[in-house]
Amino acid sequence: MAMLSIRNVTKRFGGLVANDNISFDVEQGALFAVIGPNGAGKTTLFNMISGFFAPTSGSVHFDGADITGRPQYQVSEGGLVRTYQLVQLFKDLTVAQNVMAGFHRVTRGGVASALFRPGWMRAQEKHIADKTGELLDFVGLGGRGDMLADKLPYGQQRLLEVARALAAEPKLLLLDEPAAGLNVQETAALADVIERVNQRGVTVLLVEHDMGLVMRVAQRIAVIDFGRKIAEGAPAEIKTHPDVLAAYLGGTEAA
Amino acid sequence: MTSRATTFTRRVATTAAPVALVLVVLLLALNSNGYVVTIVGFAAIYGIFCTGLNFFMGYTGQASFGQNAFAALGGYGTAILTATYYWDPVAAFFVSMIFAGIVAAIIGYPTLKLRGHYLAMATFALGLITYEISIEWIDLTQGYMGYSGIPPLGVFGFELATEKQQLVALALLLLLGVWISTRLRDSRFGRALRSIAGSEPAAQALGVNVARYKLAAFVIAAMYASAAGSLFAHFVGFISPEVFGAAMVIQSFTMLFLGGIGTTWGPVIGALIVSMLPEVLRGMHLKELQDVAYCIILVSILIFAPKGIFALIGEGVAAITRRRATETAPSAAAAQAAG
Ligand SMILES: Nc1ncnc2c1ncn2[C@@H]1O[C@H](COP(=O)(O)OP(=O)(O)O)[C@@H](O)[C@H]1O
Ligand SMILES: [Mg+2]
Repeated sequence: MAMLSIRNVTKRFGGLVANDNISFDVEQGALFAVIGPNGAGKTTLFNMISGFFAPTSGSVHFDGADITGRPQYQVSEGGLVRTYQLVQLFKDLTVAQNVMAGFHRVTRGGVASALFRPGWMRAQEKHIADKTGELLDFVGLGGRGDMLADKLPYGQQRLLEVARALAAEPKLLLLDEPAAGLNVQETAALADVIERVNQRGVTVLLVEHDMGLVMRVAQRIAVIDFGRKIAEGAPAEIKTHPDVLAAYLGGTEAA
Repeated sequence: MTSRATTFTRRVATTAAPVALVLVVLLLALNSNGYVVTIVGFAAIYGIFCTGLNFFMGYTGQASFGQNAFAALGGYGTAILTATYYWDPVAAFFVSMIFAGIVAAIIGYPTLKLRGHYLAMATFALGLITYEISIEWIDLTQGYMGYSGIPPLGVFGFELATEKQQLVALALLLLLGVWISTRLRDSRFGRALRSIAGSEPAAQALGVNVARYKLAAFVIAAMYASAAGSLFAHFVGFISPEVFGAAMVIQSFTMLFLGGIGTTWGPVIGALIVSMLPEVLRGMHLKELQDVAYCIILVSILIFAPKGIFALIGEGVAAITRRRATETAPSAAAAQAAG
């Protein structure tokens, strides 16, 4: 059974069909990319997978369970963690505090344990602090922990978002255009991080505009145009697929 | 990530210094006349109220214009239970507090689905409705006349007869309230609240049940408000609807924003300064301008120092430690020092 299975998913906004009968599977351990022109419906698809809103029809199965229409925090609790196309950091918190907040899903404790700080709670806090340092090193933000998140350059903000999402120990990580607005070096750094995340065993589903990034990291690609899936396959197949060339690459490749 | 010395300086700035300030003010008040005792007592009560409000408005980043409703519940709960039914003040205190918490949960459950302006309007309405009830339900509240004959605060049958004894109790309760606030803030619970303030979508994506945590913050704020209302009733011995009117909202907002919303000690520092303000204005023969002064302060703070005085102090300390300890991480933490 696939890690993520999307079946005949459709989303209508009034008269607009933003997603039209889309289906695909993401296998465990895969690094899967969804590409398509602006407004094709990629973020809409992500929103339905992550429970941000429910599909009009169709179903989403994740890790063996039907998660269609479940509230987002429950989907996240199950291990499906996403980032957003527009950076959503906790700006008033430090870089380290941002990552620490990411451990919510994999830690426990409420008001009582916060007040009385039993042994397990202190051990947990120590574990969080240690792992936070490791994650910041992992994405190349070591030594920046005490900075306000807002003060980071944009490229590093995106890396911080990835680190924070990793803190939640996702089974499946959804990244919505993580390279948007990054320069070439920043994109390369991000691609490297995404590959290493995947090598750690995290399944990754990536929406991306940057073809260089997608062709470099993705093992399998689905192409969406005007809300419909027009192709799916390995990067080499996608590069030469006639419909894709016409719909998406056509404009740039033909020039 | 930071040196011992920096951590130590930060501790002094964020814990020792504010505690010392509270104790110094307490000692000064204990050596002054009754009038000063009253003013400082009010400051402590408002400090408790604002520390609670800070859970909801500061840590969680939501707006409530109706927190006076819960102070009224505490105030009238204590008044009715102790003056009419001769309950022990401690029992009345806790029963009122739990009642306020339950009311907050029942009202908050549907209301907190609203956002921004709508939440502000709904909570404001809550304050107005409570105010109307306290005026109209004369059998219960004695209406405009107010409720008098409320005994002083007591502990285990021992009555705190003098105002100064009560002031000591208020100061200790204030410190307890801030201690709870600090502990909760620096925990998984507090991080969940602060992630909601930072970005609701991101909080959701990390598995935070946003609705539940907002409700928890609202209930905690209501319980603090109830405690403040109960303490006011004991301290003054008399309450009326006006005590818990809309002016309380403006005043607590001024305190919160002046002191530093979202910081641990900001609400207390704000409460202290704003409580002194009428006396300063009186000294300058400007008593009538009190409300105008509140508004001017509020607007100036929002424009010039949106993070409040406590954050300014924090930034100052961070700048000093930065200069002193350049060998460690450079920007060691305006934010942390302010927390
Ligand atoms: N919440 C919404 N309400 C109405 N229309 C929407 C909403 N979200 C997206 N759309 C529309 O759906 C289409 C697909 O958008 P989107 O999924 O954001 O595309 P992409 O991420 O591929 O650029 C666009 O026409 C967009 O305007
Ligand atoms: Mg998009």
